[in-house]
Amino acid sequence: MPSSIPPIIKVDRLSKYFGDIRAVENLSFSVNQGDIYGFLGQNGAGKSTTIRMLLTLIRPDAGEIELFGMNLRTHRREILMQVGAVIERPDLYKYLTAYENLSLFARMSGGSVPRKRLMEQLEQVGLAERAHHKVKTFSQGMKQRLGIGVALVNDPKLVILDEPTNGLDPQGIADIRNLILHLSRSRGKTVLVSSHLLSEMELIAGRMLIMDRGKKIVEGPVGELFDPAQTVVELDTADPANTLEWIMRSPWQPFFRERRQQQLIFKMDKTKIPDFTAGLVQQGIRVMGIRQRHSLEEYFLSLTIANQHVETFTDRTV
Amino acid sequence: MKHLLSVFLLFLILSLLHAQDGPALLQKVRDRLDQVNDYSADGIMKTDVSFLKVPEAPVKAYFKKPDRLRINNEKGISLVPKGAVTISLNNLLKGAYTVLDAGTDKLEGVPVKVIKLLPKDDAADLVLSTLYIDESRLLILRARTTTRENGTYEVEMSYGKYSSWALPDKVVFTFNTKDYKLPKGLTFDYDDGSHKQPQPAGSGAKGKVEIRYISYNINKGVSDHVFQ
Amino acid sequence: MWRLLQIELFKIFKRPRTYISFAAIAGMVLIIQLGLKFDGKSYLQLMMSSLSDSFYIPYGMILNGYLVAFIILNTLLIHVPLLVALVAGDIVAGEANMGTLRLLITRPVSRTQLMLVKFAASVIYTALLLIWMALLALFLSMLFFGTNDMLVARNEVMEQIGKNDVLWRYLAAFGYASVALSTVAALAFLLSVFAENSIGPIVSTISIVIVLTILSEMKIPLYDDTVKPWLFTSHMLAWKGFFYSKSNGEGSAIPGTVENLPAILRSLAILLAYIVLFVATAIAVFRRKDILT
Repeated sequence: MPSSIPPIIKVDRLSKYFGDIRAVENLSFSVNQGDIYGFLGQNGAGKSTTIRMLLTLIRPDAGEIELFGMNLRTHRREILMQVGAVIERPDLYKYLTAYENLSLFARMSGGSVPRKRLMEQLEQVGLAERAHHKVKTFSQGMKQRLGIGVALVNDPKLVILDEPTNGLDPQGIADIRNLILHLSRSRGKTVLVSSHLLSEMELIAGRMLIMDRGKKIVEGPVGELFDPAQTVVELDTADPANTLEWIMRSPWQPFFRERRQQQLIFKMDKTKIPDFTAGLVQQGIRVMGIRQRHSLEEYFLSLTIANQHVETFTDRTV
Repeated sequence: MKHLLSVFLLFLILSLLHAQDGPALLQKVRDRLDQVNDYSADGIMKTDVSFLKVPEAPVKAYFKKPDRLRINNEKGISLVPKGAVTISLNNLLKGAYTVLDAGTDKLEGVPVKVIKLLPKDDAADLVLSTLYIDESRLLILRARTTTRENGTYEVEMSYGKYSSWALPDKVVFTFNTKDYKLPKGLTFDYDDGSHKQPQPAGSGAKGKVEIRYISYNINKGVSDHVFQ
Repeated sequence: MWRLLQIELFKIFKRPRTYISFAAIAGMVLIIQLGLKFDGKSYLQLMMSSLSDSFYIPYGMILNGYLVAFIILNTLLIHVPLLVALVAGDIVAGEANMGTLRLLITRPVSRTQLMLVKFAASVIYTALLLIWMALLALFLSMLFFGTNDMLVARNEVMEQIGKNDVLWRYLAAFGYASVALSTVAALAFLLSVFAENSIGPIVSTISIVIVLTILSEMKIPLYDDTVKPWLFTSHMLAWKGFFYSKSNGEGSAIPGTVENLPAILRSLAILLAYIVLFVATAIAVFRRKDILT
């Protein structure tokens, strides 16, 4: 995507180790203006560490970070003036009210923000009525929305949201999704959002980066990553052995990939699925079920399975 | 032998003469003191006791016959040694005692007569008082008293304006003190790092209190309640 | 800077726990005042026991507001470090624990600035605590007990200060005490940087202060000339030095003088050096710290 405008975020061969543990290694990517950039990976994949390095919470061991065309090391203040962030849990001062929290962080980012602007911001995240209630009385969703309000209060050009939907109910998740789309489309903000849920990323992100164990697995526009030619088809039949025998003799043979117990796995263009199904039925094969899945999802699922033991034994996300 | 006896008799007569001289002198001194029925006086008290560090303080002294004396700091606090009051001259001279003539001496160039008083009351707190009297002016310049309870006190007096009333301008009172020790646990002192001279051990330490009287109000009446 | 300081102070004084210290001081002061009001004479008799044989002691005059304030300070200044640690030990670690630290650091404020402001806020809190204490211990006592000359009992000497010579000494003493307590605040602040919850730094600060105070007060020749002069706890009591007057050669105190001002100033310099050391270390560590909470 060649452009004369420099990227908003440019990360070059970034690495960070915690002792022997590799958190991020040799990571490079860039985010263009107006993008919604998805950061996808399991817990412990290095998403949060990367985001914390972008926000100067963690010092990289190697590599360079540029935001708005400026080096983060040398222009920290100028850069952070234009960045708003929610990092993991939206922790705020519980003994202060929503309004006080918002005002406090607004003042930390620069000049004083007028009361009217603060109330508008609370309105935008749906907390105007609770403005003068202490945060400790808030639900998780309200805290999350207030956290986003805090991130947006100084009208930043870049918004970084680390796992913004964690712990939210479906309505909350949908609200956040809409908010992100609104920020990008109507207010021209660049958004970097991380998640461990592919389905969520798919709905909003323009570009996406998948990380695993500190390394970049794949990066690119979501449209390309979700290539319809690469759709995975899972087929369940009453008699997989006979079915397979027929497949091997049929024109569908090149699309067959593997057999997983009762299930046969194919990879084909999405548009071929109706013909494939018709062929099966004509042949008298008793189909129990047929499912399609993106190859990316398939891949991501395999990562999930591979890393499940890691999740079980670590409760801290790095 | 006879010669010896006559010498003895002579000595006896002489000493008897002296002995009569002592009470007579004392009586004269007493008569002078008796002119004063009461007084109130303003003075400055200076305390020189190893364990007390107090600023000079204005004091008021009140006296009323026969032996009431009170020293007060009316503007602040003064720790007045108990002996300074018990040893007031009127206190010394009251009661019955045996007077002993102890010869003469010189105090700062002034010839004085030395007289010892032994109270007849065996239970009295005063055991022995020694007075140094300026015969020409009929003034007591120094009194040293040994008490049963509180050791030995000494008072030295100098006279000026009020010598006709036998009232001193300056009284220096010297007494024995015990060492002061703050009960443990009451305070943590600040140790400023300087190495202090250890205090001489035991009760050998002497304290000194000096009162310089500026003015006396004599025989103008003193209310009783100041002594309470 | 001023704006950031205001924000820090706002945070401190919006927390209920901040006021625990003020309430604790008020409680302790009132308890001591009440005790002395009703049974002050017994306390004085104990204090003056070795003098009462040789002197008339005007107990009623001695038990005045100035002495009561001194007794209160003497008792309280040993405990106030706990209260200072309560806030200073929390000021970084507490935010780490709440998770607000990471949000603070993503603001366009340098970490050094943030730390300086946080320390300044702890010092202001400490100073306010002392002012509160001064109001209660000194002025309230003056009201309750009146004023007169002040007797100060030292280990081996009893000092007397004229009543017109007292207030400036208290002013100096409170000024000194605020530096002494700021040293404790600086220590708690330093420990706070290493911790992710505030209990650790608070408890460690208190433990360190207690252990060092014991070392400072013990009379062990081995430590007296080696370690002791350099412990900050040895210098925390120097505020008392303002109540010791110079003596004129004849044993009288000279009003308006301080017995050993150079020693007090030296103690002050040592405390200030500790503050600089603690705060500079805290900033240096914090600047390099990865924020993982």
